[in-house]
Amino acid sequence: MQAPPRLKGREVFFGLDKGLKAVEFNRKDLLGMEDLSREEITHILDTAEAFKEISEREIKKVPTLRGKTVVHFFYEPSTRTRTSFEIAAKRLSADTISLSASTSSLVKGETLIDTVRNLEAMKPDAIVIRHSSSGAPHLLSQQIKSTVINAGDGTHEHPTQALLDMLTMREIKGKLEGLRVTIIGDITHSRVARSNMIALRTMGAEVRVAGPPTMLPPQLEEYGVEIFHRPEGALEGADVIMMLRIQLERMKQHLFPGAREYARYYGLNPKRLELCAPDAIVMHPGPMNRGVEISPEVADGPYSVILDQVTNGVAVRMALLYLLIGGERDT
Amino acid sequence: MRIIVKGGRVVDPANGLDDLRDILIEDGRILDMVTPGAETGFYDGVEIIEASGLIAVPGLIDMHVHLREPGEEYKENIATGTAAAAAGGFTAVAAMPNTIPVNDNRSLTEYILNQTRLTGVVRVYPVAAMTMGSRGDELCQYGELADAGAVAVSDDGRPVPNTEVMRRVLEYSKVYNLLAICHSEDLDLSAGGAMNEGTLSTRLGLNGMPVTAEELGVYRDIQLAALAEAPIHIAHISTAGSVAIVRQAKASGLPVTAETAPHYFSLTEEAVIGYRTEAKMNPPLRTRKDVDSVRQGLADGTLDAVATDHAPHSEIEKDVEFDRAAFGIVGLETALPLTLDLVRRGYLSLSRTIALMSANPAKILGIPGGTLTPGVAADITLIDLEAKWVVEAIKFKSLGRNTPFEGHTVRGRAELTMVGGKIVQSRLN
Repeated sequence: MQAPPRLKGREVFFGLDKGLKAVEFNRKDLLGMEDLSREEITHILDTAEAFKEISEREIKKVPTLRGKTVVHFFYEPSTRTRTSFEIAAKRLSADTISLSASTSSLVKGETLIDTVRNLEAMKPDAIVIRHSSSGAPHLLSQQIKSTVINAGDGTHEHPTQALLDMLTMREIKGKLEGLRVTIIGDITHSRVARSNMIALRTMGAEVRVAGPPTMLPPQLEEYGVEIFHRPEGALEGADVIMMLRIQLERMKQHLFPGAREYARYYGLNPKRLELCAPDAIVMHPGPMNRGVEISPEVADGPYSVILDQVTNGVAVRMALLYLLIGGERDT
Repeated sequence: MRIIVKGGRVVDPANGLDDLRDILIEDGRILDMVTPGAETGFYDGVEIIEASGLIAVPGLIDMHVHLREPGEEYKENIATGTAAAAAGGFTAVAAMPNTIPVNDNRSLTEYILNQTRLTGVVRVYPVAAMTMGSRGDELCQYGELADAGAVAVSDDGRPVPNTEVMRRVLEYSKVYNLLAICHSEDLDLSAGGAMNEGTLSTRLGLNGMPVTAEELGVYRDIQLAALAEAPIHIAHISTAGSVAIVRQAKASGLPVTAETAPHYFSLTEEAVIGYRTEAKMNPPLRTRKDVDSVRQGLADGTLDAVATDHAPHSEIEKDVEFDRAAFGIVGLETALPLTLDLVRRGYLSLSRTIALMSANPAKILGIPGGTLTPGVAADITLIDLEAKWVVEAIKFKSLGRNTPFEGHTVRGRAELTMVGGKIVQSRLN
């Protein structure tokens, strides 16, 4: 396991028993894993590890972000990520407000920029955005002074998912460097896959991806990953298997002919799991299609860490909110 | 009314001329060109335009612009679009038919010409739609359109998907000498795309438009033209493969001409990084290899014209999420220095540059202009090759501010633009 983070006096006030300094992460926004260095990722994960304990307390609340306002702006449906962010902010005592596309002025024809400028005028400290268009958080970050956190943009990135995935891997495997991680599914349309490929390569993991060629984007090899068209080779000796959700509506785009065939040739079942390392762990960013990309025996089996991922999601998001808008900041 | 454009270096590729000349203009027409200091017979009341140190060329012609009138006058209109043309050194533009409503009938074509007479400052040549409403299924009345003043037909922005319809378009339009200007693209293959497909689209998580979508379209349209025994002009070529296809078609003797736009030889897809919608257009910006091939194609004669595909949009269409933003950028006020850059880079001679931007477009469209031969209308552009300036969209005459060249320092500028002997733009004292 990682060495515990350094202790500093001031953080005791924030309700932490392990000290961490916000100044080591001097960023306005978190837009993607592409921007983060190995040291920054390690620092976020260390911070998240320290924050996990808060969620185990009877009173799950610390005053760290008291007086701060976090807007959760979800332009696309989400249960897990949205709830996770809300809980993270609330456990840090931030005031939170949650907006979805259907409750915002977007349905009245207001542009994204106008909506967010209006939100900005109410002086929030951070805007957490989920949007169906790749680059939407970048558009915001250019327009507003508040911190922008990308909670998933189109088919581009989902950085907090990659961070919680890596926290989970590091916790169980003790390290990320050299870890053999296999990602299976529709890589083209997966922001989870992109953020994980980038971040895992930054951290020195060995990444394999598998899917039918219809689901692999051009020049995928430039991520420094090994590419497979069938899952078998990719699973050989894998330490971590990450199954991606198959969106059944992609059938219309001729990416695959049907759920049954996909389950049979790409789904993770006990037999395929035998190809992996004996202590392999199975991950899924959710929501799952049971019986399609993952069989129920595997999803609920002893190798599955899917619910640990969800637990770690709260810790990672607490850490990010703290690092981005908490405490004093060096200019 | 007599004018002398004095002491300029005249570059008139159609007459193989590149030398110092005084240009004598009478009643809006070029009377003669004489060596500087020669007896002109012009004395009383003659206006003298001092052009020493400048290049005098036949007025530039942009064979591919969107003036947005009628229907989207908030983006651009004939007054502002032609003012932008004049500012960029253009004396004539060909206006694409994707207005609202589409220019698919005589009254629309006449409306555009009337508005030009009332509000325009440069010549406007309407290009009519290939099919009614540009829907791709029913031919327009080309005879009537030609009579009304249309100079070509085009499916710009909405390619005709049906090959049988396209064949008939090509066969029927040639009767009226209406050149078919093709936006060549396989719409199925590029559907949903927002940028070039490749490394960068993968990285940015944007849907890509593969080069193959353009190249299949170019190949298809050229083959259909061969079948129809009709001439064809391919618009806005952006890929190395398209350049190769046109080169091969020309080598086999087909009557094919082609244009490209300054952004395709000035920028790569990297201009999109940061989700910059001002670098979003169709066809999209491509890679270094494509840029090199397009430059080569301009140099070796494969590509015949530089046209801007001037596509003004307002912030309403552009200050939005990248995948929702409109395609297109403005080009009239930046085309000249960007093309002159290829002279400095050694791809083009000055004479070839003027052929690409004036003589060839005139010849391809079968319109007047493109030369300074005595007797023709005095459409003249004076260029300072060395003038350095910074692109600032806020200073554009165009209503469109959507340029990926904002802040770029460029070299070369139209110092004066003259249409039919009338000065429509001047930066000279």
